[in-house]
Amino acid sequence: MANITALARSPLHGRMPFQGSQTQIAERPFIGKLTLRGNAEDTGFAAGVGSILGVSLPTEPNTVTETGVCQISWVGPDEWLIYTADGAQKPLQERLKTALEGIHSAVVDVSDYYTIIRISGTRARDVLAKGCPLDLHPRVFRPGRCAGSLFLKAAIRIIQIDDTPIYDLQVRWTFAEYLFQHLVRGAEEWN
Amino acid sequence: MLQITCPWCGEREGIEFHCHGEAHIARPENSAEMSDAEWGDYVFFRKNPKGVHYERWTHDAGCRRWFNAIRHTVSDEFIAVYKPGEAIPELPEKYRDPASNRTGAPQSKETK
Repeated sequence: MANITALARSPLHGRMPFQGSQTQIAERPFIGKLTLRGNAEDTGFAAGVGSILGVSLPTEPNTVTETGVCQISWVGPDEWLIYTADGAQKPLQERLKTALEGIHSAVVDVSDYYTIIRISGTRARDVLAKGCPLDLHPRVFRPGRCAGSLFLKAAIRIIQIDDTPIYDLQVRWTFAEYLFQHLVRGAEEWN
Repeated sequence: MLQITCPWCGEREGIEFHCHGEAHIARPENSAEMSDAEWGDYVFFRKNPKGVHYERWTHDAGCRRWFNAIRHTVSDEFIAVYKPGEAIPELPEKYRDPASNRTGAPQSKETK
C-alpha cells in the first residue's frame, strides 16, 4: 500500500519561505485542525470538552487558550478551532466525539481545508496593515488574541503568537498562494 | 470607512459585514389560508424607509454570526446592535418620530 504521508502535499509545497531582514513569511504545513461546535453554557458539553482538553474553552470573544498540546481559539460564541500536531487531530477528534456522545455538538477535522502562513519580524504588522482592516496595534491586539478578518480578498483567521510580533494566518487551501504572494509583495518594501 | 460594532467581536471595519435586509419578519403561521397577495407581501415586500431601519446583518469575515442592527438609512449611523433573540432596544429620543409609523419600531405584517 502506498505511504500516504509521503504523498502529502501542502498548498505551498515547493515555495521558498520569504526571508527578509525585517519580515519572514513561511508556511506552517500540516497542522492538525479541528472545528468544535457546541453550547458552552451546556454543563455537559463543557465538562466533556474539559475532560479531554484539560482546560475550559475560551468564552471571551477572540481569545486563545494554550494547553501545551493544542491551541484553542475562539471562533464564535458556539465555535472553536483546535490546532494540534500533525496526526494528533484524528485521535483527539475520536476522544472528543466519545466524550460528547449524546450532547448537541460537532467535531470536524478541517486540517486539509486550511493551511497556516506564519509572518514574523519587526515589519510584520506593517505588512498586514496593507491588506487587513483589523486594528493590530498592541493596545488592541496582542499575544493570545485571535480574530477572523480579511487580507485583501482572502478570508483569514489571525492569531498573534508573541510580541516579535509573530502572527499565524489561517487561510483556505485555494487562497494560500494568493495570500502568500500578496504578503511577500507587501514585505518586499522593507528589504 | 464605516465602522460596525459586532455584538461579539466589537468594532470592526464595514467590509467584514454583510446586510441581509429587514429584520423581525415573522413567517406567518396560517400560510395555507393566506391569499396570493398576502403571501406575496410576506415574501417580497419590504420596508424602505428614509430614516431608522431595523436590519439583519452577519459578521461574515469575523465570527460569522447573525445579529440585528438599527441603522439610519440617510446618515448610515448604527443606532444599536443586538443579538438574535434579544429584546429590541428602545430608540433614543432624537430618533423617535410619532408622525410616521414607517420609521418606528417594527410592526407585525398582520397589522398592515
